[in-house]
Amino acid sequence: MRYPFWRLGVFLAACVAPVLWLYQAWIFALGPDPGKVLVDRLGLGTLILLLITLAMTPLQRLTGWPGWIVVRRQLGLWCFAYVFMHMSAYAVFVLGLDWSQLGVELVKRPYIIVGALAFLCLLALAVTSNRYSQRRLGARWKKLHRLIYVILALGLLHMFWIVRADLKEWSLYAVIGVVLLSLRIPMIAGRIPRLIGKKNKLAGKAEIRG
Amino acid sequence: MLIKIPSTSDCKESDVTPESFYLSRRALLGGSLAGLAAGAMPRWASAADASLYPDVEAGKAPSWFAEKLPGTKWQAVNVKGEAITPYKDATHYNNFYEFGTDKGDPAQNAGSLKTEPWSVVIDGEVGKPGRYALEDFMKPYQLEERIYRLRCVEAWSMVIPWIGFPISELLKQVEPTSKAKYIRFETLQDPKSMPGQRSGFALIDWPYVEGLRLDEAMNPLAILAVGMYGRELPNQNGAPLRLIVPWKYGFKSVKSIVRISLVSEQPKTTWQSIAANEYGFYANVNPTVDHPRWTQARERRLPSGLFSPNVRPTEMFNGYGEEVASLYTGMDLRKDY
Repeated sequence: MRYPFWRLGVFLAACVAPVLWLYQAWIFALGPDPGKVLVDRLGLGTLILLLITLAMTPLQRLTGWPGWIVVRRQLGLWCFAYVFMHMSAYAVFVLGLDWSQLGVELVKRPYIIVGALAFLCLLALAVTSNRYSQRRLGARWKKLHRLIYVILALGLLHMFWIVRADLKEWSLYAVIGVVLLSLRIPMIAGRIPRLIGKKNKLAGKAEIRG
Repeated sequence: MLIKIPSTSDCKESDVTPESFYLSRRALLGGSLAGLAAGAMPRWASAADASLYPDVEAGKAPSWFAEKLPGTKWQAVNVKGEAITPYKDATHYNNFYEFGTDKGDPAQNAGSLKTEPWSVVIDGEVGKPGRYALEDFMKPYQLEERIYRLRCVEAWSMVIPWIGFPISELLKQVEPTSKAKYIRFETLQDPKSMPGQRSGFALIDWPYVEGLRLDEAMNPLAILAVGMYGRELPNQNGAPLRLIVPWKYGFKSVKSIVRISLVSEQPKTTWQSIAANEYGFYANVNPTVDHPRWTQARERRLPSGLFSPNVRPTEMFNGYGEEVASLYTGMDLRKDY
């Protein structure tokens, strides 16, 4: 396995946050309504992880460092883990495990429909994230995993519908999302310069010569 | 190994009232006694009133407030069998978007609000319009403690001991003309001290405006508050003067009021202007009319623990139906939500 410490570091960083939040909620450090705070943080965490995952390919192109791609699958799976915790927290702390109410919410609330749709898409990607599925699906695998672009759009819409008074934070995520998606457009993707990789090697040689 | 199978009638750990609630029942009792005692004492002797409630931070009360406080009618209105929300929660979990949209933002940012000197403009359809310094504005009124449930449109709730006076008393002073049909309230607009008003992405058209029908404002339950928990209002709770209408969702109870107008037309209120399908002018607490984004049938009474959620059914008019239902006879509350 390449870059074991880098992988482990990413793993720890991603799992530390929810553990810390849970502990804070436990000791009432999240205020009088900790369930709601947990739901919100896990949701926002999912969106941020989604953006980080989508940044790996452009970063690899930009720097030439293969480490970015090495953790891409792990980050994608963390997105799923966060959204799963987000939904579980919603079911327990907001719905109070009242499943009949879930039916009502799913039918009536557009932002919950959109969120549930994004969850199902992420589930499909998580289930097919293994090598076996990659081999099995062949060329279709790549097509299927382009669903992540749709998931990002759904996630941003989900958040947009929840924001009620100030769009500053949402706009920040939306702009980053649009930039990351536009880097996928072939015309733009082809022009991403290699900033560090090759140039550094040349610079290194120059130094030795100098 | 001993395996204990609880019978269905056993109490679960989560059913047990938290100790802090149990203890606050004494504070309440003690509070009422202290109130009686304070009433019987000469004015100078009751400076310790601020400690009626546990864990209340001492504030810097303006002198007009300190002078009026000893004469307060304690527990003029109370709630039966419900624990008062801890002071820390009532002051650190707030919606006051002028200071930021997170629940903790107001407590963090409202220190910049300058509440002294403060003046209130009375205008519109009144016999006695004018701009009054708050200490003059407050002169005619005796303070009363009103312990009310507070139900937020976001489906959480608290129980808070306010200190204030009925709006009907104010209306007696300002003499509304026959054209006055509604009362309109306006919050301070001061981007320098209110960071939320500086945001270029805000969806709210400042200043914050709320209103009531005149007969609603005349209802004895509707008050203007200047204090809570035996002290003056903390900034994040809407100092120095705010509205409290306990049978309506919390967003109706506008904070840090600088202008009160009597008007003939229904005022354009802030949330109604942003999303009329989500927030009506009346905004009466009503478990049968859902907010489009969530159900209003239940509420989380705060503090609501992670593994012992304090969820309860929401009552019509927040439990004040007996006092206010008659205001709305003949109206379709599904349409006029």
